[in-house]
Amino acid sequence: MTGAAKPIHVLQLYPRDMNIYGDFGNALVLTRRLQWRGYEPILHSYDPEDEFPEEVDLLIGGGGQDSGQDKIQQDLLRLGDRLHELTERNTPMLMICGLYQLFGHSFRTREGREIKGIGVLDLHTEGTDTRLIGNVVAESGQFGEILGYENHSGQTYLGEGVQPLARVTKGEGNNARDSHEGARYKNVLGSYLHGSLLPKNPAIADFLIATAVQNRYGEDVQPAIEPAGSAQPIDELTRQARMHATKRPR
Amino acid sequence: MSSDLRSSPPPSRLGRVGSAAAGLSSVGSVLLGRSARAVSKLRGSGGSAFPGLVVEKIDPHFLARTLRRLPRGVIVVSGTNGKTTTTKMVVELLRGQGLKVFTNRSGSNFTRGVVASIVGEVRLNGRLDADIAVLELDEAHAVHFVKAVRPDHSLLLNVMRDQLDRFGEIDTTAGMLRAIAQHTDQGVVLNREDPRVRAIAHSLENQRVDYFGLSESLLSHFPSDDDFHAGPAAAADRPDADVVLEELTEGGGRFTLDGETITTTLTVNGAYNTFNAAAALAVVRQALGETVDSAALIASLAKVSPAFGRGESLTVQGRSLDLVLVKNPSGFRLGLSSFASSGVATMIAINDNYADGRDMSWLWDVEFSSLAEEGVRMISGVRAYDMALRLKYDDVDFDAVEPDLQAALTRFLDDNPGQPARIFCTYTAMLALRKQLSAYTEVEAF
Repeated sequence: MTGAAKPIHVLQLYPRDMNIYGDFGNALVLTRRLQWRGYEPILHSYDPEDEFPEEVDLLIGGGGQDSGQDKIQQDLLRLGDRLHELTERNTPMLMICGLYQLFGHSFRTREGREIKGIGVLDLHTEGTDTRLIGNVVAESGQFGEILGYENHSGQTYLGEGVQPLARVTKGEGNNARDSHEGARYKNVLGSYLHGSLLPKNPAIADFLIATAVQNRYGEDVQPAIEPAGSAQPIDELTRQARMHATKRPR
Repeated sequence: MSSDLRSSPPPSRLGRVGSAAAGLSSVGSVLLGRSARAVSKLRGSGGSAFPGLVVEKIDPHFLARTLRRLPRGVIVVSGTNGKTTTTKMVVELLRGQGLKVFTNRSGSNFTRGVVASIVGEVRLNGRLDADIAVLELDEAHAVHFVKAVRPDHSLLLNVMRDQLDRFGEIDTTAGMLRAIAQHTDQGVVLNREDPRVRAIAHSLENQRVDYFGLSESLLSHFPSDDDFHAGPAAAADRPDADVVLEELTEGGGRFTLDGETITTTLTVNGAYNTFNAAAALAVVRQALGETVDSAALIASLAKVSPAFGRGESLTVQGRSLDLVLVKNPSGFRLGLSSFASSGVATMIAINDNYADGRDMSWLWDVEFSSLAEEGVRMISGVRAYDMALRLKYDDVDFDAVEPDLQAALTRFLDDNPGQPARIFCTYTAMLALRKQLSAYTEVEAF
């Protein structure tokens, strides 16, 4: 790799409070895949009351407990304008579970309390007494088969302004009623899937990277240089991991 | 157990007997439970909870009545990690003080498992031949249990990410431990270094509360899930602890017990088990009060052998083989930081059966860079390729991936002759590996 790698700024939203299901794996996968393509990933963390970095090319966020969501909600509302602006500038983002919910208009708890979201995604969520838990397989036109693991009691319903990210073929996804899993508006992707999501769904990781690179440098992403080391290449390991995952029970 | 009870009615008839026998005496319950036990053994089901199920359905007060008669009461041990080892330590420490101890050793750590254990050991008059009971209870079932049987003392170890697919959230698990504490009559022993466990003290009014803890210098060796993402919390609001693990020494630790310093070696492996020893010391000191014999306590502690699969070292084909059970991120991190990897052939076996937890997300909350220098010789289990991907993204090299556990273990042993070996494995992978290892070496029955 040359010394003049081009930087790409990746921002993790609220890693301190919204980190419960291994969503750090998404940050790691983006970091490595950027490096393998000759870019220099610069990983920023943003927690409540931190200074928002000036340069942001790609944002990711994870799931948390109810207590974690409560801790970050006010701060997230303050960031709302900025996140809307980044969205309209086609910045790629991936929001999982708890932050996916708060990127919608609102979350109504079981007790009827209304938690306001930032409304980047046209959707709303309702708290329920049932947890949707288990392996998920979903089909997406752009990313092929998406594999992951869901664990949520909030159920999400999409409005007209977003597309579903995928349609569930195993598991529940957004809610127990329709077959939608996740949502998309411009380059903002929301999903309930942990696993972590990106290791076994590199098509999504590479889309986020290609979009960030195109936005910042106006160029197609450079091809990956396979890392030296273990006997099997990453693509083969990924294929095998996906194959075994699809065979597992719910 | 005697075999003369094997001429018992088949299980289909037991159900009818049960529904007609609401006011059974303990004698009846014991006999019935033993019959069910004999039947389940004959059928080769091996399920240790079945006799408990039968007795519990017929005589729900059996458990409470039997345990309440014990002169020194009941100690309950719960938490995400370390229950089995710590329970074993508490039992051995109490036996070293000359007490007769009843415990649920079968590893079936649910209420029915406890009933089943009692049925096996109780006399026909319904009395247990014991002074005190020490029970390992799974968090979820412990709440049900303590409502039926109020413990005299409870020892609460930690709340970590484990089987979130079962409980939903860590805070839910913490709530279960809090319920145990609130249903405890005399005293509760809490882990000072786990913020969620420490906070349980605020919801207690009448119980005595003691703590076990770590010295400042050791805090970073035992990162909690929160620390992994945010760094250790400020130490300012930590209360005094009755037992503190001050320092890890070669094969053991230096402890402070109420101001007195003692250093001892341990038979169990691993830094986390040394911390479990502090927990066990604290609850025994609370339960026995001033009557405790400290010298005997330390002597017992040094001799406690590892529980099934917890810091267990076997000899296989003339080389040492450590089995390290990993079931959640903090446990895996502690496993990696507790044992040096240099000179050791490492295998990792990851299953995702119900008992292991189906969600693989947890592997991404463990950092594997400590394995980078030596690499990993073999990756196995149902989710071997998830593990392989995880290592690839941490730049840790590995030689082979073989999902089939039996083939993987054979090849791992053959390819690394004479070299000390270590296998990190999830629960059901460990069961399978131990079964196979019993062909090579003496493995304690489970």
